[in-house]
Amino acid sequence: MAAICPVCSLEGLPGERFCEECGTPLGATLCAACGAGAVDADGYCGRCGVRQPTGRDHSEIEFTAGAVRVAGVSDRGLRHSRNEDAMALTCAAVPAGPRAVPAPVAGWAAGDALPPAGHPPMPPAAAPDGAENAIIGVVCDGVSTSPRPDEASQTAADTAAGALAERLAAGLDPVAATHQATAAAAGAVAGLADAPSAAPACTPVSAGVDPAHVTIGWVGDSRAYWLSGPGSALLTLDDAGPGHMLTAWLGADAGEVVPHVRSFAPDGPGVVLVCSDGLWNYYPDPLALADAVPDAAADPLAAARTLVGMALQAGGRDNVTVLVIPFTGRR
Amino acid sequence: MSEQAQFTIRVDQNKYLPVGGTEVHAIVTVEATGPLETVAQHAQAAEVIIIDTSTSMATERIGEARKAAMAAIDTLRDGVHFAIIAGTTKATMVYPHRKEMATMNAETRQAAKQAVSGLIADGGTAIGTWLRLAADLFEPYQGAIRHAILLTDGHNQHESAAQLDNALAYCQGKFVCDCRGVGTGWEVAELRKIASTLLGTVQDIPDAKDLEADFRAMAQQAMGKALADVALRIWTPQTAKIKFVKQVSPTIEDLTHRRVESGPQSGDYPTGAWGREVREYHVCIEVTPGGIGQEMRAGWVKLVQPDTGMQLAAGNILATWTDDPAQSTQINPRVAHYTGQAELANLIQEGLQAHREHDFATATARLGRARQIAEESGNEATAKLLDRVLDVDRATGTVRLKPIDRAAEIALDVGSVRTVRTRRDPDQG
Repeated sequence: MAAICPVCSLEGLPGERFCEECGTPLGATLCAACGAGAVDADGYCGRCGVRQPTGRDHSEIEFTAGAVRVAGVSDRGLRHSRNEDAMALTCAAVPAGPRAVPAPVAGWAAGDALPPAGHPPMPPAAAPDGAENAIIGVVCDGVSTSPRPDEASQTAADTAAGALAERLAAGLDPVAATHQATAAAAGAVAGLADAPSAAPACTPVSAGVDPAHVTIGWVGDSRAYWLSGPGSALLTLDDAGPGHMLTAWLGADAGEVVPHVRSFAPDGPGVVLVCSDGLWNYYPDPLALADAVPDAAADPLAAARTLVGMALQAGGRDNVTVLVIPFTGRR
Repeated sequence: MSEQAQFTIRVDQNKYLPVGGTEVHAIVTVEATGPLETVAQHAQAAEVIIIDTSTSMATERIGEARKAAMAAIDTLRDGVHFAIIAGTTKATMVYPHRKEMATMNAETRQAAKQAVSGLIADGGTAIGTWLRLAADLFEPYQGAIRHAILLTDGHNQHESAAQLDNALAYCQGKFVCDCRGVGTGWEVAELRKIASTLLGTVQDIPDAKDLEADFRAMAQQAMGKALADVALRIWTPQTAKIKFVKQVSPTIEDLTHRRVESGPQSGDYPTGAWGREVREYHVCIEVTPGGIGQEMRAGWVKLVQPDTGMQLAAGNILATWTDDPAQSTQINPRVAHYTGQAELANLIQEGLQAHREHDFATATARLGRARQIAEESGNEATAKLLDRVLDVDRATGTVRLKPIDRAAEIALDVGSVRTVRTRRDPDQG
């Protein structure tokens, strides 16, 4: 098919790969900024010169696991030159069957808002081949003052999500799986450091959502929320001192990392929201978040986009990353 | 061929612009490295030596000019195409006798020196005519290193300015010409125009006895050139505008108006032939502002040989917008240095012009300020030239003009465009 050169508008002959007039590759990606120039191998527009957003400047994930749609959106924001947040979203087939709700573990502060616990688990449902789906979502925020924070966050997100999926698939208890996955991520991030004084660092939060439980693990100030109308609540407790001073993180300079892990069995449907501080700095209140995206369970991608959009609208001072994982229980 | 000249381009700039900022400055350093001498040895070269034989040369000057021409002939290597022209109101072939180039060997070398020894000074001055003959002689040697030496001692009195301009337009791009003015009867502006158009240098030789060494050095330098007809190619975004492209080292030379369009959003700035050397360019581009955090390639600078299509080196001039004043207010030290050197040259030109117009107050102010910048920036050569026309009272800082003699004025005028590279490389600490 004959292509029109995006740069000089000359119509090429069928089969031609480059414009006769100006040498621009025909059928090349068009610039995201001016919409008219072809992007060259270095990532710059051949017309307006703007460097194209990399995959991480704005990325979206959406997939369906079983009957559940899940989604994530990550954005560079308006003030930072790169996105140091990272996200990972995956699923694992886990052995079906009711499991006991694990006991709350250290790191959980009494009095923190928690959905009412102690309700009986939902009745088991027959899953094909005796397996059910667990959704695994991880958000990591790179610590800006550390070297290569973007690398730290991506490494931690990938490592934690992979390890968590593997252990849940193996039938491991979600709390133990979360501890092990966080330890694996901590090791991987520590391994990035050239020296303890130059240690890439990040703050991860993970969510493992199986048909019976929601299990959250975190180190630092990335957060998870439970969104369910008036029962909405913050699930994490920031490792932060006054003025957002981080008190825990992953990195070679972090010492021994003890993640916070908590797990609960929701008594009804809701949405697990996993996010970086780019969102919650503007919108910390669980009820306000739930109100902003009432249809999050039906269209998680739209909800994630809405929340990221709200953070950008509010100023976008930081990178912002949002995962939306609906919890439906066994139906 | 394994032995090739290598070129590197380095860009020094602060890419950060404030919100809404539009002006991008960068210093582009181009360096030629690699086995240049070996490449130069095998390069085809053509050399024309033009000697002014007007009547005013008929002092010791013609004798020194003969010696200088012979020294240059001795310096050219075997195999080089060459010719000697004598210039008066017309251009005369001195060697070979026909209007063509000879090829250097023991025999032609001897014959050429013999011919030069018979040069006599008798006639007028029509430099455009001399240059036209040189251009015609170079005609069959496209692709070779084409270099001419022009020696004169007077101004172009037997041609109109328009005739010279036409001749320059005819010659532009056909060869590189280094110009030498001997004595004090020649016009700096005139020779500078010729040298600028033909991508060469100007040098004043107040004492004719120094011609021989200077000609030998020029011929040596010509023999060291490895690559001819090299250009700086600059791509800019569609909505951007190049405000200026200036060579700033070793001398200041505004190349902005030399642009030859070379493709969509791309223009070539000719730089002539290259040997082992470093040249630096100050590029200023006006761009449409981008969003905070957005990065733009404001300029894509390449060193190319347009005739062969060869790309020798490339570098990016970038722009990124930020609301952090700590980032956007920093001036790159090299940009600052060469901005100062350009100001220094301007002040000297303005001071000399004011002096010619007998506006001594302005002359004193401009030259005094120039003296200060020269010292602060470590440009000792220019400071020395300024000291020939200025008295500076160290204690009070008072500056006074000395009675300016013609030789000092010429030397300062010629030297005003010479810059120093930053004394301390900011990267080396």
